[in-house]
Amino acid sequence: MHANYFLDYAGPLITGALTTLKLTAMSECVSLLVGFSVGIALAVGPGLLRFVCQTYVELFRGTSALVQLFLLYFILPRAGIFLEPTFVAVVGLGLNSGAYCAEFVRGAILAVPREQREAAHALGLSRWSAFRLVILPQAVFRALPPLGNMSIDLLKLTSIVSFITISDLTFVAYQINQTTFDTLRIFSLVLIFYFAIAQLIAFVFRQAEKRAGRGLILVRPTT
Amino acid sequence: MTYDFAFAWSIMPVLAKAALVTIYATVCGYCLAVTIGLILSLGRIHAPAFVRGFIAFALEFVRSTPILVQVFFLYFVMPRFGIRLPAFETGVLALGLHYGSYLAEVFRDGFQSVKAGQWEAALGLGLRRWQCYRLVILPQIVPPLIPAFGNYLILMFKDTPLLSAISIMELMQTAKIIGSETFRYVEPLSLVAVFFLIMSLVSAALIKQAERYYQRRSFR
Repeated sequence: MHANYFLDYAGPLITGALTTLKLTAMSECVSLLVGFSVGIALAVGPGLLRFVCQTYVELFRGTSALVQLFLLYFILPRAGIFLEPTFVAVVGLGLNSGAYCAEFVRGAILAVPREQREAAHALGLSRWSAFRLVILPQAVFRALPPLGNMSIDLLKLTSIVSFITISDLTFVAYQINQTTFDTLRIFSLVLIFYFAIAQLIAFVFRQAEKRAGRGLILVRPTT
Repeated sequence: MTYDFAFAWSIMPVLAKAALVTIYATVCGYCLAVTIGLILSLGRIHAPAFVRGFIAFALEFVRSTPILVQVFFLYFVMPRFGIRLPAFETGVLALGLHYGSYLAEVFRDGFQSVKAGQWEAALGLGLRRWQCYRLVILPQIVPPLIPAFGNYLILMFKDTPLLSAISIMELMQTAKIIGSETFRYVEPLSLVAVFFLIMSLVSAALIKQAERYYQRRSFR
């Protein structure tokens, strides 16, 4: 009897899980894109750009992700911009997580020893080539462990999109719970799902770190 | 679209009251988190092997699942087992457990950084084990850990809006209710954002001060 009971809501749960995965993947892309651009700008950019980027990072790290999401969700329509909640979520989560990502990237770039830059210069590389071929690959390697943690945090953060009416896994579980009262099983399943995906993300980043450390310069920062 | 400052000003007292709930939840949750973190990190050192393994797994599990789901889990599952807590206590418990699992890791790093000689000297002086912890080990490990503790305090503070999901009348929930009553969301929400920004900037500055203070003291 219990097995049949479970099959009744397995469908919505899977749909919700897919929504969660999709949101995580999309906002991860936004986050890495924003994070690397801003992080590089913070580390080596000109003064004014650095100031703008620093303001962005402080604003998004200083306020709650849920508050940011709500502000985007309610402010944009008042400015006459009507966007799908999914889009708002991806932008909101991406910008929030991107602020943390930027700090990691900045730190990693600045942690590359001076001599590396001097050696690259001595070899006759231009500033840009030195950055692209010498500094960045080493910075990526250094940034990978914190970025892995950040990606797990981002996965966990996607659970708040239920507040802006997106039916992700958490929201679906909440709804099913209201109708079936099969509380323990539903929420245990959901927790195990998040745990499994988090382990997967950690594994991917560990592999990426190994490859980046092997001296394969062409490792991409995206996962 | 105009920003109504008069309206923003008029809702200030209500939001200020709700801000106190937010701060109260953070303080309670953090005290609980520090206690849980300390106990679990000691458990990971002194408990029998299978308990250690279990604690390690539990910490990893709690850390890699969303706190919102944990809040729901506690809120809906605990009553099934006869544990009935009010929403606020449930929320604080969730915050404490989630961040306790992070702080356990911080404490563990601290304990591992203590040199064996300190233990040998303390035990050699005839102190009991808990006295060693209280008088010798903890005073050494806590100051260098202050930045990490502070970061988690700020992170926890920023997670309190999630408690609105179980209808605790903290800042976020209050702002949402004002929004739904007046159809003006931008003013209350922006005030909430400003509140969080100020609070985290202030606490970040305080943490830096504390860090500097303890660094100076430890070099004496």
